[in-house]
Amino acid sequence: MMIIRIFGEGQYELPQPALARLHELDEETENAVTIGDDDRFHHAYDRLLEHVRAAGKRLDTDDLRPSDLLLPPADSSVTEAARELQALELIPG
Amino acid sequence: MPGLSGRMSTVVKAKISHLLDRAEDPAETLDYSYEKQLEQLQNVKRGIADIVTAKKRLQLQETSIKEQTAKLDEQARQAMAAGREDLARAALERKHLAEGEVQSLDQQVAQLEDQQQKLIESEQKLQAKVEAFRTKKEVIKAEYSAAEAQVQISAAATGVGEEMADVGLAMQRALDKTESMKARADAVSELEAAGTFEDLTQLGPAQDDMDRQLEQLGRSNAVDEDLAKLKAELGQGTSDGPQLDSGAPAEEK
Repeated sequence: MMIIRIFGEGQYELPQPALARLHELDEETENAVTIGDDDRFHHAYDRLLEHVRAAGKRLDTDDLRPSDLLLPPADSSVTEAARELQALELIPG
Repeated sequence: MPGLSGRMSTVVKAKISHLLDRAEDPAETLDYSYEKQLEQLQNVKRGIADIVTAKKRLQLQETSIKEQTAKLDEQARQAMAAGREDLARAALERKHLAEGEVQSLDQQVAQLEDQQQKLIESEQKLQAKVEAFRTKKEVIKAEYSAAEAQVQISAAATGVGEEMADVGLAMQRALDKTESMKARADAVSELEAAGTFEDLTQLGPAQDDMDRQLEQLGRSNAVDEDLAKLKAELGQGTSDGPQLDSGAPAEEK
């Protein structure tokens, strides 16, 4: 089991068998971010999110368990996805 | 953990554990975390209030420009009736400029509305998490030994911390959008102050800066169509108004 948060959406619990596909799509997405190709990014990332939503079970909003993986919002552009890794400095502290 | 999600997770977790490191005693950690959570909730509420303010400003601007659009339309009509095609054209050019502005303001208001809705949803989710944390906090204090408590606190605070990161990102996006709209609203205010959308009676006879700018806007096609329409309307409909000099020949169909 793995808990995954899609920013702007919520947390999902993903069963073990769904993880291989997740990592495959995650790699593909990161490659697109690395070369900064927006089309390729969305091609991969939309499928990744769809996989999480379809294979995962949504957690209640008052569930306090932390996620194992965090994913940028669905409407991120490739530059936002790259930048949002930095934007998370916003957490107070 | 490789991949995009792994990188994002690392940044967030580092930030959260930094937050937890501040206090040594479990009870203190709990209270400190909870305090931080309440602060963040307040920040979100302020962020929403900022967006509402920005939206209201855009809406006011839109109302004011709409009024000017109606006025310019009437001025074009009067100018044409008085045989001043040049003034009618100038009024119509300004009208088209103003209409374009109204359209763009409409879109911006809709975007802000969307951001506001997303932030409200985020705020509700964070509220639910903070509330759950408050309950869990008391359970941890009452039931766990110091060593066990540390583990429990770490997990629960990370859960809430993540939600804060989520809301923080939504808020940052909303604020970025609001900032760029504020800049644009200021620019439109300057146009208004420069008289771009204003009463033509305030215009001097000579071409001013704004006239030259208007010409460059390439709206002449739409303006020509409007002028032709006005001519046709006045040619057909105004038997009461005096037909003036040849400068504005009424077109017959």
